[in-house]
Amino acid sequence: MHDVDLLIEPARPLPEPRVIDPGLTVGDRAFRALSAAGASSVLVILGLVAIFLFVDASPAIKTAGFKFLTTFEWDPDGLPAHFGIAAVMFGTTMIAVIALVVAMPIAVGSALFVNEYAPARLGRPLVALLDLLAAVPSLIYGMWGLYYLQPHLMGSSRWLTDHLGFIPFFRTTRPVFGSSMFIAGIVVGLMVLPIVASVTREVLSQAPRGVCEAALALGGSRWGMIRSVILPFGRSGIVGAAMLGLGRALGETIAIALILSFNFRIQTQVLAPGGGSVAGLIANNFGEAGEAQRHALVAAGLALFVITLIVNTVARLIVNKTSKGKME
Amino acid sequence: MSIATAPVELPQPRKVRQSPKELLERPLAILAVVGVAMAAIFAVTPLSGGLGWAICTYAGFVGADAYDNYRSHGKVVAKDRVATVLVYTAGLCTIVPLILIVIYVLKQGLGGITKAFFTETLESVGPADPATVGGAKHAIIGTFEQVGLATLLATPLGLLTAVHLAESRGRLARVTRVLVDAMSGIPSIVAGLFIYTMFVLKFDQGFSGLAAAMALAVLMLPTVARTAEEVIKLVPDGLRESSLALGAPQWKTVTKIVLPAARSGLVTATVLGVSRIAGETAPLLMTSFGSDGVNTNPLHGAQSSLPLFAFQRVRAALPTQIARGWAGALVLILLVLALFTIARAVAARGRKGP
Repeated sequence: MHDVDLLIEPARPLPEPRVIDPGLTVGDRAFRALSAAGASSVLVILGLVAIFLFVDASPAIKTAGFKFLTTFEWDPDGLPAHFGIAAVMFGTTMIAVIALVVAMPIAVGSALFVNEYAPARLGRPLVALLDLLAAVPSLIYGMWGLYYLQPHLMGSSRWLTDHLGFIPFFRTTRPVFGSSMFIAGIVVGLMVLPIVASVTREVLSQAPRGVCEAALALGGSRWGMIRSVILPFGRSGIVGAAMLGLGRALGETIAIALILSFNFRIQTQVLAPGGGSVAGLIANNFGEAGEAQRHALVAAGLALFVITLIVNTVARLIVNKTSKGKME
Repeated sequence: MSIATAPVELPQPRKVRQSPKELLERPLAILAVVGVAMAAIFAVTPLSGGLGWAICTYAGFVGADAYDNYRSHGKVVAKDRVATVLVYTAGLCTIVPLILIVIYVLKQGLGGITKAFFTETLESVGPADPATVGGAKHAIIGTFEQVGLATLLATPLGLLTAVHLAESRGRLARVTRVLVDAMSGIPSIVAGLFIYTMFVLKFDQGFSGLAAAMALAVLMLPTVARTAEEVIKLVPDGLRESSLALGAPQWKTVTKIVLPAARSGLVTATVLGVSRIAGETAPLLMTSFGSDGVNTNPLHGAQSSLPLFAFQRVRAALPTQIARGWAGALVLILLVLALFTIARAVAARGRKGP
């Protein structure tokens, strides 16, 4: 009893637990605040774009009301003012659709070419080439389209209307073929091609390699492997890439302003001269615009901004979801 | 005891790999036959035109080649064959426009590249003057000032955004990533309208090079932020963890370890951003407006630039003016190609490491 008692030391006060400050240092707090401020600049700029466009467009929106979306004419300076974006919106959509019809098959094909067919050592230069194509200014595409492509496409336009004229899309009543939505659409298609192709390539390269090899090992041909593994895997990614291209095509300005001759009615004859485009309208009319015209053009710009923002955001969400990889 | 076995005849190993010559011999022969046949058809029927012949020959070749493979190898191989031909064609179709564009711009623009193009302006040039008189000195000055200012505005914001996206998790980062993507899709003309309504009208600054630079910065920011985020993410986490484990705070880890490691990638991001905006035309129409004389002050007064110069010359629709426009386009495309090559070279050097 006595011995044991000796072993027990007299109670000593426990040392105070060391206080570990879980907070950030001053430097870190400043660093985080700074980088967060930089990141929010994106939010601020987008907000400012929406606010300033809306404020400057509001007189025009007040004048036109809901008819702004349904009126075909463009006469903001007239008495009474009569204007709306229905016709140019139709033209913009038409050109974008033609552009996608031209660009999509080529883009998917070249994405497959880079990923599956080209020798591995050509891979990186080919990707760089796609980026380079995307960097060629739209002005240059427009000038090239106007002076080089247009004369070359006249013959094809004539042939299409002569031989396929029974399809309403290709009918032309006058034998004139320049400055048409068809030519503008093809040029815009070539412009969005590199963007669509590089996004598609990236999405398709995420396809699970093991499943691809399994398909080949089972005796499938390369095309069989692509059709049964890669394309099903990348389907929604390709849709997303197409929508990104659509966003670009909707906003394309200079090339269309150079090539197209503008009019303000629904024109279904895509091979004939004339047509419309929201962005091209703004670029063409802004220089000599008076007060009323300017407000109307800014309103058109606001509509374009909203539409491209929606299209692009949806497209990105689709693409990002695909590239995370869902297939096992 | 021995088992007598008859010698087994081993099957010859099937040759799998073929030399390029063997691979190409048959298709080329088919192509030649189809081409000649089409030429004969075009000669006797009312069909005509080089382009039509090329298209018909191509279609005929795809069909004949598929049939040839179908006869010798069956349906699966024939389908694969058609797909291969189409995919190669698509690959070619992507490259051909670039080559055609560069050749055409060179052909049209080379004649206009004289000493005068770099040393004179358009101030005293009349509509009757030949294309060799007058130049784009004012536009070249304007382009460098506007693109320089835009880079100064967009790069710090873009890099900060990239650092935030790559180095922190949280709601702001998630929202920002979506917004950066949305912003990269803003039509360039909308960026121009925005700066026009805000800076030129509301703040009453008038047309200026600075206004143009601000519109260009709006377009450049998402490119820089996205590319920079990618390269910052490529820095191995081990480096970050070592630094933090040694007691360095996060800001020192980022500024002393992560960013230096990603340096060449960050340069690439900036140069890619510059090459994206150097050729933008639409926003300049309503921000810098364009002028015919030199204006070295980017803060005040209308200013020209190469894209605007080329656009307005082409719009003037006189042969001499259009020739000047092509010269401007040539200088512009060379500038963009040079910037792009620099960006790639820096990136490649960064990959190899010092």
